[in-house]
Amino acid sequence: MTKSALIAGAIVAGLVLAPLTAVIWRAGALEGLTPGDWAALRFTLVQALLSAGVSVALAVPVAKALARRRFVGRGLLVALLGAPFILPVIVAILGLLAVFGQNGILSRGLLAFGLPRIDIYGLHGVVLAHVFFNLPLATRLILQGWLAIPSERFRLAASLGMGPRDVARVLEGPMLRGILPGAFAVIFVICLSSFAVALTLGGGPRSTTLELAIYQSVRFDFDLARAATLGLVQLGLALAAGLAAWALAGAVQIGGGLDRRVVMPGAGGWRRWADMAWLALVAAFLLTPLAMIVAQGAGLWTLPASVWQSAGHSVMVALGSTALCLALALPLATRGGEALALIGLALSPLVLGIGLFLLVNPWVSPFALALPVTALVNALVSLPFAVRILRPEAEAMRSDYGRLSAALGLRGWHQLRWVTWPRLRRPLGFSAGLTAALSMGDLGVIALFADPDRATLPLQVYRLMGAYRMDQAGAAALLLLILSLGLFWAFDRGGRVNAAA
Amino acid sequence: MLRLEEVHFAAGDYALSADLEVARDRRVAIVGPSGAGKSTLLDLIAGFRAPNAGRVLWDGRDITALTPDRRPVAMLFQDNNLFPHLTLERNLALALHPSGRIRDGRIDRALDQVGLAGMAQRKPGTLSGGQQSRAALARVLLQDRPLLLLDEPFAALGPALKREMLDLVATLVSERGMTALLVTHDPGDARRFAPQTIVVANGEALPPQETGALLDDPPDALADYLGGA
Repeated sequence: MTKSALIAGAIVAGLVLAPLTAVIWRAGALEGLTPGDWAALRFTLVQALLSAGVSVALAVPVAKALARRRFVGRGLLVALLGAPFILPVIVAILGLLAVFGQNGILSRGLLAFGLPRIDIYGLHGVVLAHVFFNLPLATRLILQGWLAIPSERFRLAASLGMGPRDVARVLEGPMLRGILPGAFAVIFVICLSSFAVALTLGGGPRSTTLELAIYQSVRFDFDLARAATLGLVQLGLALAAGLAAWALAGAVQIGGGLDRRVVMPGAGGWRRWADMAWLALVAAFLLTPLAMIVAQGAGLWTLPASVWQSAGHSVMVALGSTALCLALALPLATRGGEALALIGLALSPLVLGIGLFLLVNPWVSPFALALPVTALVNALVSLPFAVRILRPEAEAMRSDYGRLSAALGLRGWHQLRWVTWPRLRRPLGFSAGLTAALSMGDLGVIALFADPDRATLPLQVYRLMGAYRMDQAGAAALLLLILSLGLFWAFDRGGRVNAAA
Repeated sequence: MLRLEEVHFAAGDYALSADLEVARDRRVAIVGPSGAGKSTLLDLIAGFRAPNAGRVLWDGRDITALTPDRRPVAMLFQDNNLFPHLTLERNLALALHPSGRIRDGRIDRALDQVGLAGMAQRKPGTLSGGQQSRAALARVLLQDRPLLLLDEPFAALGPALKREMLDLVATLVSERGMTALLVTHDPGDARRFAPQTIVVANGEALPPQETGALLDDPPDALADYLGGA
């Protein structure tokens, strides 16, 4: 390990351990959990189980259809499956409300037939939103499994006269048994600490998650001790589930091309139509909410100054968190560094936020630091992704040009300018784009500590929704969508243009 | 004068020891079976690996603890001798100073000496294999160090081109009074380039011997490796 790797590692460990210690310290002196807390724990588990189960179950036929069909727009559909990752949660929720909400197009359609409206709030709404985000992820993971089956096996099966049922039993069954537990576990962990979805679509005593309970105890009761206790429960849950997922998902490979087509025998007839129907349904499920956001965002130029101000805050938070994340990710782009960065994935941003709050509270009002703390937490949350993206090319750079750099005495700024930047600009641009978009769309820590003057754009959208100013919320959501995708595009493109061969 | 003073290096099952001297102004070949430690020996001299015991000295000065760029050493690697994303001019400027600033006529003169005049703005990928070797040679000449280490840098070239490059290196090295150590698999290279040879075998690097006499009557460890050569 180099000196810079040690420094970056110490910073990450410190930034995680110090807030955690604060949370544990503060939680220590407290009575047990209330019945309400137990209900929150139960609801957290139930919604995560359902979300992961539904996502994975629906993803299997979609992945199979994508694996064996070639059609116009297939590449686009696969790319679309990557989009929810950088889509701000609050934007997707507005889109889902426009489709499935009380005044959504579905409810209006039902009304026309004299049927009752849909009520999206509660468990099923939370699960619906989680499926919207995680069905694409599950599909990508399972598609990897299909494409990893050597095509010789399918040809062998065909030469043995196996039909689709036999192929499913002999080839696809074992593959799915290997992939599905990992995919399920990954999504389960993600849904355990999903906050913005529960905030907007959950709520009430019957559909409160742990994260939401943490938020409420800070925001409504300003009861930091209870928040810390709940944070400790959340931490234990996320760590246990995270470790299980890590063990189960060992077989799951992220990355690699998704362009191959599996040649499967006897998959014509009704199966062709079933495949196409599944794909059409999923495309409609993913695209209609997005289309509604664009359609509803007409009032973009009538937005009040406060929205533009919060947009400015969000861009600054996003840029700050991107800079910090990359500054940590570059030296940590090693095997050990990647393991360390994974901490960020298991920790709930809200728990980190509470910890940082507790740490600074004696000296500064945490509300004054809401934006920097948000940027810091966002950087830690994005770090595992950034390290994962950078590591392969960073290792290639070190093994190819480490000796030449050392022989020429290239260090620090000179090393960065002449070697690191030109060699790594593509993955740097890509990971910067992801980090910026994730941070831009984040609605988490900021909701805990923001006063009216220090809102970010996602929080502003949430407040407008809460005030039933849906036109402005829609327009602000479109602005947020444009800024998130715009930041991603700008960074990613910056890494590609004129990139050296 | 280069001196390895009771140098020992070990990593896992592998071990290498050396206690030898190479006088200034010499051209020395390093031969021995694959995996015996020829490249390790160069790495110890260049500072890419640290010995577990012993000292490396240049003209009586202990350089064991110095980083590669602070040693009186320039090295031609097997590959990746130039940054492919930079022009030859910038690559050579980096050999002069880590800032990469292009300042004086030294770069053009070095390119001229290796027969690449007028190619300063080309990137390595647009050059032929022979031209790339020449550009890499220009890089080590500009580094201007008294000791040149060559780790089979021309192995990918055809026989005629390789001989041409070795002759060019030999000429430039003796013009400048440099000491050169060449790792090679080819006894012909050793005879052509180096009056003296270090044998690396059985975990030991032996002091330099007369190349001709050594190859005419090789010791057992070397004879097996050389086979019919």
